[in-house]
Amino acid sequence: MSTSVVKDVTELFNPEVRAEIDRWVAKYPPEWKQSAVMAALRIVQDDNGGWLTTDLMNDVAAYLDMPAIAVYEVATFYSMYELKPVGKHKVCVCTNVSCMINNADTIVEHLEKRLGITFGEVTEDGRFSLKEVECLGACGGAPMMQIGKQYYENLTPEIVDAILEGLE
Amino acid sequence: MANEVCLRTLDLERPWLLEQYQSRGGYEMLKKVLTEKTPPDEIIEEVKKSGLRGRGGAGFPTGLKWSFISRNAPGQKFVVCNSDEGEPGTFKDRDIIRYNPHQLIEGMILAGYAIGATRGYNYIRGEFWEPYERFEHALEEAREAGYLGENLLGSGFDFELHSHLGAGAYICGEETALLESIEGKKGQPRYKPPFPAHFGLYGCPTIINNTESLASIPMILEKGGEWFSDIGVKNSGGSKLFSISGNINNPGVFEIPMGTPFSKLLEMAGGMKDGREIKAVIPGGSSAPVIPGDQMMELTMDYDAIAGAGSMLGSGAVVVLDDTNCMVKVLDRMSYFYHEESCGQCTPCREGTGWLYRVVHRIETGQGRQEDLDLLDDVAGKISGKTICALGDAAAMPVQGMLRHFRDEFQYHIDHKRCMVGAG
Ligand SMILES: Cc1cc2nc3c(=O)[nH]c(=O)nc-3n(C[C@H](O)[C@H](O)[C@H](O)COP(=O)(O)O)c2cc1C
Ligand code: SF4
Ligand code: FES
Repeated sequence: MSTSVVKDVTELFNPEVRAEIDRWVAKYPPEWKQSAVMAALRIVQDDNGGWLTTDLMNDVAAYLDMPAIAVYEVATFYSMYELKPVGKHKVCVCTNVSCMINNADTIVEHLEKRLGITFGEVTEDGRFSLKEVECLGACGGAPMMQIGKQYYENLTPEIVDAILEGLE
Repeated sequence: MANEVCLRTLDLERPWLLEQYQSRGGYEMLKKVLTEKTPPDEIIEEVKKSGLRGRGGAGFPTGLKWSFISRNAPGQKFVVCNSDEGEPGTFKDRDIIRYNPHQLIEGMILAGYAIGATRGYNYIRGEFWEPYERFEHALEEAREAGYLGENLLGSGFDFELHSHLGAGAYICGEETALLESIEGKKGQPRYKPPFPAHFGLYGCPTIINNTESLASIPMILEKGGEWFSDIGVKNSGGSKLFSISGNINNPGVFEIPMGTPFSKLLEMAGGMKDGREIKAVIPGGSSAPVIPGDQMMELTMDYDAIAGAGSMLGSGAVVVLDDTNCMVKVLDRMSYFYHEESCGQCTPCREGTGWLYRVVHRIETGQGRQEDLDLLDDVAGKISGKTICALGDAAAMPVQGMLRHFRDEFQYHIDHKRCMVGAG
């Protein structure tokens, strides 16, 4: 943990990030700034290439007047926060039952082969990482995956290829 | 009769827009209530009459839940919508938010009016970015039209509504974990009592309802509780959204009357894929005990019929399995899920879900022992009813269901170290 230099919280983050966090803080009662912690973590994570550093979590704590430990607790509890670097494109594949019985295995194998990595790993060029996820509430389009904010449904290996090729 | 309540705008182009919703009479009910100053008790009575039961899984009567709030108690009260949609197999609330967000907003405002709450939050699971953006856009439209904010349409009633995004945790669908999550904490369920109606969000009286429950309210009030109730059958008022997936030709969301034969729903969903035989159905999300296919073909889709077959209607998530599936493998995946998602607060759940997963997994991988089936029964029994929240039961029930109906398949795995279905 960084030594506790008292920071001027209005200097934390860049102006866009700050404005976006402030928009969330305004949704909750004034004495409940902490309610914006989930949004704040997501916003700073997105701004940092998809993962959270301890420094960033400390900054969020300072910005929202929370003990740092309370922020770490949130960051480790929810699966969408990343505490290690991820690829530029985080490929999240659902393997829960509806997807499993619609050949999610084939999709996973195809991705592993194509990218040369398995779940939890990042490609050497840093472009992709693979993650196994639970049901994403899109079982009607099984098998499915999420990359960034986008859902991709009714996948086949060919469709997966086309999607990956379409990404920057 | 299909798509009469929550999906009634689905045939329109860009049905999520305010003007489209209004072209079907949207927000008329809110206007009427606000101008006529309908007594809140009348609204709650109508909801009771409708027979609407919570669509999130537990099936608790919505009108009754609302009546637990002391309307005139001083201080803030909250309406919270549960759009966490995490129960495996469920994908209906996503469609309500994507295609008819205004009806959900109108339902939440009416709920607020009925219980005396002036603030609301819609908790949307973090992965649902597209639905979240639709919802945010609808909020802006509603605010601009004067349906949200202060002094709605000059009535003196205020209502402000915001979305809250989750970040990946099945347990946050449990209502008190969801409240903790909005408060910016880990999503760990609270002990009950006190119930949210007395001590909810920020310690204030709160009602929490599922997306589908709240989106049903405007139609119930417009056409009357009796109209809604009559769509369905005894003890199961109304229509319901069923998310049907699995080994079928045309998976999707179907809004149909409660009491519709399962065989009809399966037909609507295009029947079995590749002409395969139906082997089993998980009728209400992955925590609902499995029902053998032939038995399921005789059942109707309503609370009593499914409960009578030893399972539950739950969230209306129907997973259809054909005869190529190994039930041990299916249970292995489900047990892994509950173990992963246990919040770890209570020992029977934290340890028990781990045991269930490890034992099922070793049977699946050919390492099963003769005593394992009794062990599973025993562990499942030790979790049931002994935990803070219902995730413990949710993990135990599928195990019990599988052993009840497909014990021979588990036995075969143990005896032969391989699968009787031949898949592996
Ligand atoms: C582990 C667990 C997960 C749940 N997930 C959801 C969910 O994703 N969506 C939901 O509406 N209800 C979910 N519930 C049920 C809620 O606790 C609560 O009963 C429901 O939101 C109440 O709304 P209703 O009465 O309108 O159904 C879950 C319950 C448990 C125990
Ligand atoms: S039953 Fe499981 S998920 Fe629920 S509170 Fe206990 S440990 Fe957490
Ligand atoms: S099982 Fe994959 S999205 Fe539901």
